Amino acid sequence: MSPWVPRGLREGVVTTRWPRRPDPYAEGWRGPATVLDPHPAGGADLAALCPASAISAAADGSVRLDQGRCVLSGRCVAERPEVFGWSRGPGHAALARDGLMVPRIPETEQALAAARAALRARTAGLRRSVHLRHVDAGSDGAEEQEILALLNPVYDIHRLGIFFTASPRHADVLLVTGAGAHGMAEPLRRTFAGMPSPKVVIAVGTDACGGGLLAGSYATSDGVGGVIPVDVWLPGSPPPPFSILHALLLAVGRLAVGRDQ
Amino acid sequence: MRPAGTGASPSRLIGSVPELWQAVTGSVAGGSRFAGLMATQRPGGVLLSAQLATPAASAAPAGIVTCEAAVPPGDGSYPALTPLLGAAFWYEREIHDLFGVIPAGHPRLEPLILPLGSERAAGQGGSRAPRPRPGRSGPEPAGIWPDEHALPRHVMGAGLFTIPHGPVRSGVLESIEYLVETPGEDIPHLNMRVFYKHRGVEKRFEGRPVADGVLLAERTEGVASVAHALAWCHALERIADAAVPWPAALVRVLHAELERLASHLDTAARLADGAGLAVATARFSLHKERVMRLVGRMCGSRFGRGVVIPGGVSALPEVSGRELQAEIGRLEQTIGSDARELMGTSSFLDRLRRTGPLRPERAREHGALGPVGKGSGFSDDARLARPYDAYPALGLGEPGHQEGGDALARLRVRWDEVHQSFHLIRQAADELGEASAGALRADCPAGDGRAVGWAEAPQGEVLYDVRAEDGHVTRCGIRSASYHNLVLFHEVFAGDILTDFPFIEASFGLSVAGVAR
Repeated sequence: MSPWVPRGLREGVVTTRWPRRPDPYAEGWRGPATVLDPHPAGGADLAALCPASAISAAADGSVRLDQGRCVLSGRCVAERPEVFGWSRGPGHAALARDGLMVPRIPETEQALAAARAALRARTAGLRRSVHLRHVDAGSDGAEEQEILALLNPVYDIHRLGIFFTASPRHADVLLVTGAGAHGMAEPLRRTFAGMPSPKVVIAVGTDACGGGLLAGSYATSDGVGGVIPVDVWLPGSPPPPFSILHALLLAVGRLAVGRDQ
Repeated sequence: MRPAGTGASPSRLIGSVPELWQAVTGSVAGGSRFAGLMATQRPGGVLLSAQLATPAASAAPAGIVTCEAAVPPGDGSYPALTPLLGAAFWYEREIHDLFGVIPAGHPRLEPLILPLGSERAAGQGGSRAPRPRPGRSGPEPAGIWPDEHALPRHVMGAGLFTIPHGPVRSGVLESIEYLVETPGEDIPHLNMRVFYKHRGVEKRFEGRPVADGVLLAERTEGVASVAHALAWCHALERIADAAVPWPAALVRVLHAELERLASHLDTAARLADGAGLAVATARFSLHKERVMRLVGRMCGSRFGRGVVIPGGVSALPEVSGRELQAEIGRLEQTIGSDARELMGTSSFLDRLRRTGPLRPERAREHGALGPVGKGSGFSDDARLARPYDAYPALGLGEPGHQEGGDALARLRVRWDEVHQSFHLIRQAADELGEASAGALRADCPAGDGRAVGWAEAPQGEVLYDVRAEDGHVTRCGIRSASYHNLVLFHEVFAGDILTDFPFIEASFGLSVAGVAR
């Protein structure tokens, strides 16, 4: 017998049962910043707090935070803890770019509901077996590590019928990381075109959602949304494995409790 | 702790480019290591800055010395360094991409990180083509798109063909293209294209408040977030002449070593995966997950982001000293046991032995960094040679010596480093328990000036060459270990076949993000 067999058994089952059972690590995770008080005193000055320009202040002094630009610097939480806090848990993904705004823009509710219904209809056939393809469109390398972690024994996405595939021809879901480097625009488009329908695209990480700190660079497109159509937007710098798993399950309609519900 | 050689970094302006190369090659012949070549756009022309890692001498401690010379205004070219010093091969290609100046006499001046088709149309100087020109003030240039047609394709010899491998490869990997030229199984020649994920990071530093730079540094090369933040902050601390408080210096060491553990475990898992050892792959990726969760519990980020700030650290670990020691003890025991088993699994060792050999004399000549250099008997670990933060006071232990130069030697180096890291983490946690009262941050005013900062990432030494004016960054040159080491990939395939490729790539353990920036 290979000496590795007992080593694999020694620690018993280390795999999470999430989402069927709650997992304290998933629920306790510190996600992007969120707004606790949307109408604070002195709201007009708050926009300057964010080094990634995620905070905007309206004329009436109300503040809004774009989690799709939040790089988790924590400046706003440290400076104005009564206005900003950390979001908790893995559920940060949204089905529309505007869905990452906190507080939600009322006008986007209808568009979100429509996006949800359209995605549900499109992915009805993907429920039980899902194949993933990943493309790096200019990431810092951290998102890849977190996606790869889904294969380790703790997350083990094979238990959910989710597998990685080498060929875009066999892929249902495209995970895209990075700020949309110009050099990757064409390979990304070709990969997307090579996938059969129905297909779902998940933008993984703040850089993929809006370029993050690289927004405005001569070499990137401020996120991948300008290159291929994105269905699920997942902020985070980088998003941890549970958040990526949450976004995946949301994308294929296996989760009843996304942030949009 | 005051970093070695505080105050302004030594930099020398030399009259002309040929004299600069004379100084550089002379210094390298005298025992210095060529650590990088950067350029900066000045109103009058391009300034070339060569970085040299100098050994300790009676006059000065070991450090990084910068020698500079300007390309005369109006000249679109300068005599190349590469014919005199092969290690400058990629550096000069990159300078050509970013600034359009031509290193005359460069053996193969192909685009590296930003291919631009307009180069030939714009004539010899290339001055009309839009180039990023880091260091130039004013607004960032509008979108610059790489042009693949600017890249030649070489295939030579009867029966040879090219396998284009990338940029979208099988598996979850960063984007890079390997052009493998092969008659069928051997790999006589290999070309790399790293431009795909060029993000223009250095230009994004410019104009940013100095205080925000650390966020971008952490996101330059994600797998070495802490090391990049350290190198950036060391440069700023040198400009401000700030001394990092002792507890903060300890916290920095804790995070830097945990990052090294995670990275080396990742390499071990990839190598085991390549050899088809499913249980070993699962074990090492489980260990890595545990290390990353520990880091996450300590600071809220699985990559240690937000900990290192100019002048110190943002907070103490959110994990008690006893808890940290207990977790480290458990990890050390289980990782050590699995590592011993792996190094005794013959089917695994057979795949690594004599795979991807880097000759010791080439490693020395090139100044190969990190485990790649150490595996070939060349070691210039910044933690030992140019120590910073709490390293001068902590014992690194006896470094193991390897000179096999193959993938196996590089893995052995990593296990030695893992052993060392545990030793350092235990010491730092002990010291921190006694010293946790006190300031965590020294005043580090965003002054004017220029300095070089360095730190030892899991991949090897990272260098930041920072210039600041009025509290804003005017130029930030970044040289990651991945950049310096990846070029050696050209020469390690002697006698290897296609199926050795994943082992060689994993044994280098580099990140493309740090190369293409």
